[in-house]
Amino acid sequence: MPRDIPQPDTDEIKALIAGVSDLEGPLLPILHALQDAYGVIPDIAQPLIAEALNISRAEVHGVVSFYHDFRTLPAGRHVVKICRAEACQAMGGAALGEHAQARLGVEWHGTTENGAVTLEPVYCLGLCACGPSAMVDGKLLGRVDAQKLDRIIGEIEA
Amino acid sequence: MKIYIPLDSAAKALGADEVAEAIQAEARARGLEIELIRNGTRGMVWLEPLVEIEENGERLAYGPLAASDVPALFDGKIETLGRVEDIPFFAHQTRLTFARCGLTDPLSLADYQAHGGLTGLRRALGMNALQIVEEVKTSGLRGRGGAGFPTGVKWDTVRMAKAPQKYIVCNADEGDSGTFADRMIIEGDPFCLIEGMAIAGLGTGATKGYVYIRSEYPVAIDMLRQAIQIARIEGVLGASVLGSRHAFDMEVRVGAGAYVCGEETSLLNSLEGKRGVVRAKPPLPALEGFLGRPTVVNNVISLATVPVIFEKGAQFYADFGLGRSKGTIPVQIAGNVRFGGLFETAFGMPLGQLVEEIAGGTASGRPVKAVQIGGPLGAYFSHDDFATPFGYEEFDGQGGLIGHAGVVVFDDSADMLKMARFAMEFCAVESCGKCTPCRIGAVRGVETLDRIAAGDAGAVPLLTDLCEVMKDGSLCALGGFTPYPVLSALQRFPEEFGTVKEAAE
Ligand SMILES: Cc1cc2nc3c(=O)[nH]c(=O)nc-3n(C[C@H](O)[C@H](O)[C@H](O)COP(=O)(O)O)c2cc1C
Ligand code: FES
Repeated sequence: MPRDIPQPDTDEIKALIAGVSDLEGPLLPILHALQDAYGVIPDIAQPLIAEALNISRAEVHGVVSFYHDFRTLPAGRHVVKICRAEACQAMGGAALGEHAQARLGVEWHGTTENGAVTLEPVYCLGLCACGPSAMVDGKLLGRVDAQKLDRIIGEIEA
Repeated sequence: MKIYIPLDSAAKALGADEVAEAIQAEARARGLEIELIRNGTRGMVWLEPLVEIEENGERLAYGPLAASDVPALFDGKIETLGRVEDIPFFAHQTRLTFARCGLTDPLSLADYQAHGGLTGLRRALGMNALQIVEEVKTSGLRGRGGAGFPTGVKWDTVRMAKAPQKYIVCNADEGDSGTFADRMIIEGDPFCLIEGMAIAGLGTGATKGYVYIRSEYPVAIDMLRQAIQIARIEGVLGASVLGSRHAFDMEVRVGAGAYVCGEETSLLNSLEGKRGVVRAKPPLPALEGFLGRPTVVNNVISLATVPVIFEKGAQFYADFGLGRSKGTIPVQIAGNVRFGGLFETAFGMPLGQLVEEIAGGTASGRPVKAVQIGGPLGAYFSHDDFATPFGYEEFDGQGGLIGHAGVVVFDDSADMLKMARFAMEFCAVESCGKCTPCRIGAVRGVETLDRIAAGDAGAVPLLTDLCEVMKDGSLCALGGFTPYPVLSALQRFPEEFGTVKEAAE
């Protein structure tokens, strides 16, 4: 379950921050590194980042909350992203999005009750000539229809 | 026997990795010696996964293939499409920027050089900064990221600025729906972008480059990082570019899922580690850009077109095109089309020819209803606009824009009021929040369109008025251009907004 993810420890986070803090404009690389490691930006990380970069906590929080990618709450064990943008809509993307919500019983950004699947909208994956497109746990998929999506969701839920 | 299987994201999304695995397994089972190359895509997405087999000096294409086709492929039972160069969609193109994409091994610098790579950079190393900038000006190259600003003029501003450090920032945020040219060239010919950025460095005195790639593009991120590493080892990048006294190095930075970070000042803030809010201009990024220093911000395609300009000469490039739109444009054909993919052609082809002939009409076989050009901020065109030649001024004259040259085709099932609503909704989701017309206007736009959808045609003038305010009052083109898709849908398909029906009743 999402809530059971162990809280990372301070030293580990400090080491991750130190690993990229020499870059020009290090904040996004730091946040990506943290999210890669923990699946979220851990609560305890924000003050540590503020301290390391000599900026206010509010600034760190502002950045974390500005970008769609950064999470403060963990996602489900699997993440299904479905493209909502225009080229995919021209191929039935909107219906696919609705189907996904109905099939999983969640709205956009929602996670199924068993914590298995999080459904996210995405605005273009650059697969606009083979829509509707989706990304499931990082794997790209083109020409996705309701059947194909059901099969994939069935596989990851299993 | 050499076998090419694209590693391009679109090919992967259609099963290229599975085909590659099956080919390797089948070759092993048959005891066949093969050299498997993961190339970029040739750009014909409807044929992906497109496999090419090179034998006895002949390179033949097969596709679209599934993993289950592989045994038959080895048995010679799959009919070939012939040479890629002879497939009409490909044969009709003028491939300058994308000349190597799909042809070569994207991570082989030797292959790159065997196909003209680094010739441009070597030539630039024999020129001074002023000559380099003049060459770009002569080519007529204009920014391919959307605004169409002359690239040479931008470089000149940075060249003349005095600062201890200048930067080249490549905008690979490519958030527009219907576009994938940046992704395609980074995945298929990453050295081309590296070479273009190095030349930009020489022309402006910048020694450091950043490529800001959207996080939605994991394959491109990985390919470019690998290519940069190779370029460093081979002395293309580093303290001495190709053994010269010039330094240039570069780095990949990953975005975090914000469309507005494609706007150049928002991108710079993001790169600095701030919220991606738009900056007021002036100051121009060319004078006060990344960390307040002179910075070239250019789109991937603008930069990746620089090598061929230096390889073949500015005049050669400028001789293609139409009016003030010089050279070629990689049109990305997307949405509901039979032949979707990347079509690089000289400026000037009429929109109708692109949609009906090149794209082959809709995939659904139903009539084409609308074509959105230039991403979510671009206008919807209809049949009446099909004579418009592909050019910056020509599209502007029709109340539209080329943007990053994505062409998204819709069939007659498209609901234009819904598309207009989506444009406002997207603007509301992606607004950086700095200016009111965009942040609030987009939300009011959604509400107003909902009123119209509910039958209140009287809300149409309100919508038009709101669009005027957004156009005039927004800080950047997100709020400023969202009215394009909305108003164009309203103007070209008024019956769907209840206005015509009302009048007839
Ligand atoms: C909301 C918004 C999004 C944009 N997205 C991109 C983008 O993804 N890629 C891009 O190159 N330019 C984008 N632009 C245009 C940039 O602000 C800028 O004009 C461009 O990067 C300059 O490069 P160029 O002169 O080579 O075109 C966007 C502009 C706006 C207003
Ligand atoms: S619009 Fe869906 S992938 Fe581009």
